[in-house]
Amino acid sequence: MKNNLIQYIYGIADNSLILGQRLGELCGHGPSIETDIALTNISLDLLGQTRSYFQYVAKLQGNGANEDTVAFLRLEREYKNVLLVEQPNTDFGYSIARQFLFDVFHLALLEELQNSKDEMLAAIAKKSIKEVLYHTRFSSDWIKRLGDGTEESHKRIQAAINDLWIFTDELFHQTDADKAMVAEGIGVDVTLLKANYYKKVSSILEEATLQTPSIEYFQKGGKQGIHSEHMGFILTELQYMQRTYPNMTW
Amino acid sequence: MKNWALWEVFIRSKNGLEHRHCGSLHASDATMALENARDVYTRRMEGVSIWVVPSAQITASNPENNGETFEPAMDKAYRHPTFYELPDELKHM
Repeated sequence: MKNNLIQYIYGIADNSLILGQRLGELCGHGPSIETDIALTNISLDLLGQTRSYFQYVAKLQGNGANEDTVAFLRLEREYKNVLLVEQPNTDFGYSIARQFLFDVFHLALLEELQNSKDEMLAAIAKKSIKEVLYHTRFSSDWIKRLGDGTEESHKRIQAAINDLWIFTDELFHQTDADKAMVAEGIGVDVTLLKANYYKKVSSILEEATLQTPSIEYFQKGGKQGIHSEHMGFILTELQYMQRTYPNMTW
Repeated sequence: MKNWALWEVFIRSKNGLEHRHCGSLHASDATMALENARDVYTRRMEGVSIWVVPSAQITASNPENNGETFEPAMDKAYRHPTFYELPDELKHM
């Protein structure tokens, strides 16, 4: 039970951790000072949520674990984030498309997680939901602006949506930990979120004059710890301080 | 993004106070200006309300005309209500 709960929390928190890290890479590199700050704000929101989850995991683990050991000292296969969030910031279109495809899912997940029987998870979901509402508004607005913008912006955001689309199906896959936690009334049954997700995403894409891809082949693996080639590089940067100077603190 | 218009941002720091000018930013439309203002100027709990106004919509006085605009008021001290005796109980005047 305890191990399933920890694995379940990884499945949620690692998405926020890795996406937060990806967005953090854009700090000082955003296309304008305003979007730079906006993306960094979102990154910090996600890392803040990650801290709450990991403090809880550390408490469940005991044995001197803390949020840092949970965040920084796992091996690649022990991270359970979806492949979508580890995809690179190829251009602004990709960063926005990745954010949008994740935000719509994230919001729906947290709305359900608020009703979890686990009081801690319900409380974290409740606190995070306002942040994620804003993220969803931000990324949806940008999808519309880029899609309905210039010929160039339309072409690029469509390319990003097409490329990232193959990672969306994994959001609705259930791991063993998922199934166990759904049975306990703790976890959210993500398979039930799928139909609404694609409906909402398509309607925003349509508003943005973009095509909803009709791809039948999807990628998966992240939720099982089998990551894309990008993950090692992300972790190298993320874990550098704790690996080089073990137990260092601020 | 080079063509984004300039917007002036006004923040009300708490209810009951007036909106105050706090800076400017670039945005392509009013919605984006509001979102940018939220991210740039209210991330440390500075505000409860935001106004954005296109800078081009502001008509400003010309500094070259400062002489005739402002200086005539300088030697008219009688326009300040400083000649009244205020009771001690009256504060914040």
